Amino acid sequence: MVEQEGIRRYVAHLILWIGIAIVAFPVYLAFIASTQDNAVIANGQMSLLPGGHFLQTYYQTIFVGTSGTTREPVATMLLNSLVMALLIAVGKIAISIISAYAIVYFRFPFRMPIFWVIFITLMLPVEVRIYPTYKITADLHMLDSYAGLALPLIASATATLLFRQFFMTVPDELLEASRIDGAGPLRFFWDTLLPLSRTNMAALFVVLFIFGWNQYLWPLLITTRDDMQTIQIGIRKMITTTDALTEWPVVMATAVLAMLPPVFVVVVMQKLFVRGLVETEK
Amino acid sequence: MQKNAIFQSRLLPYALIAPQLAIVLIFFYWPAAQAVVQSFLLQDAFGLSTSFVWFENYQDLLQDADYFATIGRTFAFSFAIAFSSLSFALLLAVMADKPLRGGTLYRTLLIWPYAVAPPVVGVLWIFMLHPSLGVLARYLRAMGVDWNPLLDGNQAALLIILAAAWKQISYNFLFFLAGLQSIPRSVIEAAAIDGARPMRRFWTVIFPLLSPTIFFLLVVNIVYAFFDTFGIIDTMTRGGPGKSTVTLVYKVYTEGLIGGNLGSSAAQSVILMVIVIVLTAVQFRFVERKVTY
Repeated sequence: MVEQEGIRRYVAHLILWIGIAIVAFPVYLAFIASTQDNAVIANGQMSLLPGGHFLQTYYQTIFVGTSGTTREPVATMLLNSLVMALLIAVGKIAISIISAYAIVYFRFPFRMPIFWVIFITLMLPVEVRIYPTYKITADLHMLDSYAGLALPLIASATATLLFRQFFMTVPDELLEASRIDGAGPLRFFWDTLLPLSRTNMAALFVVLFIFGWNQYLWPLLITTRDDMQTIQIGIRKMITTTDALTEWPVVMATAVLAMLPPVFVVVVMQKLFVRGLVETEK
Repeated sequence: MQKNAIFQSRLLPYALIAPQLAIVLIFFYWPAAQAVVQSFLLQDAFGLSTSFVWFENYQDLLQDADYFATIGRTFAFSFAIAFSSLSFALLLAVMADKPLRGGTLYRTLLIWPYAVAPPVVGVLWIFMLHPSLGVLARYLRAMGVDWNPLLDGNQAALLIILAAAWKQISYNFLFFLAGLQSIPRSVIEAAAIDGARPMRRFWTVIFPLLSPTIFFLLVVNIVYAFFDTFGIIDTMTRGGPGKSTVTLVYKVYTEGLIGGNLGSSAAQSVILMVIVIVLTAVQFRFVERKVTY
């Protein structure tokens, strides 16, 4: 019985390592390719060990871009992605926390209808209303702008619901205590509620940052200028239809750079990430 | 859901709620409403006049064999992606749920692909399995497989399914692990005392207790396959070869890009909306039931 338990444990370790290998292999390959010579890769003779072009390829990728016609350094794309992801994460948290505060801590006419109007947005991702949204963004002169990249993706209720749920669990005594201290609604929000929400905000931030960083279809439509494209769009443009012209080491270096920030966030802030993911899906 | 301690103010709550309400109205309701309205209109070839045509756009779509094929393909992709990703993730989660040394390390090493963007997933997988330069394609050919997803539609579809399922493993793994850890040890021990062997224990005790998680993940995975595969498809096959990897979202995108039939494009969007609303409603109903028992 005990012996069998030991074998089972070995099998478990083995299966988990196989899983990790399957999950990691494509990324490992991308990194390896980014350190090798394009001619070797194009011949299909790529080795599975790192080559000697690491510094050269990453320098070219970050500061120069591909040798083709749309040469935009990846540094610009990284900056655009960063701004968009931060705007989405911070913007959504900011507007959601104050509207959740209004819904939970005030009674006012149309409170529930307004809540439902926001709640329903949970159901439809931007993809299902993509062209009408595009048209409105164009009419508002927001194409090729950070506002245009971020605002339509902020229009959803996940964060509002999360904060509403959290506020409902905050004891009433806290409000009464601060009222005795003479605090008004804004003071209570700022001094009491906001500090209490810190963990929730951080967890949400992690999830929203990844969500924003990884957006694809929307930026693809509304960015036309090369200097406004995000890194996800940049990658696609680097893969030319005639395969012979694709500079694979640069493409793979870009892929690695595109993965680094969100993966770093997941690994370093794992606890917050898991919490944010589980909470937003409830 | 009412709070007893509240503030009195007439204008402040509206001021607090205004930013979100404005964004939601402008970027959600207005476009969604326009899609619905446009789906009932027909524009002439020059875009000079439009007429109200009731359900004609929908009728045309539903009589279009190509559209039907796309619906079928999208659902086939969704189920294939959901099934393969869920079963592999469940296997990994069951293994990681055991009291093993290095348990948290395993979790870290398995959840990070969640953060890889769909277009990057597409690039990674096409590079690995590219017919002329892919490392894995080399081995496939050495084994005698005639591998060319750029020409063979079925192989292209398989490639999309594999890549999309790969990305979703970590998400499913995370939720399965949480689900497994919430099953009381005493239940499993009781089954063990009754003499149930591990395999039997899994299928008769653990799997049924996990069914809420499985159902939840099934819906999430189908929605994921509907929308988030766009980036994977666009960087890997761009819908080709032929139309063998065109999904509903991809079709809306490409047809909108060419321009032309606004009414048909809007009707397609509305059909997508209905599908998502049905899926979400099913999920909500289920979650509610779970709460009551």
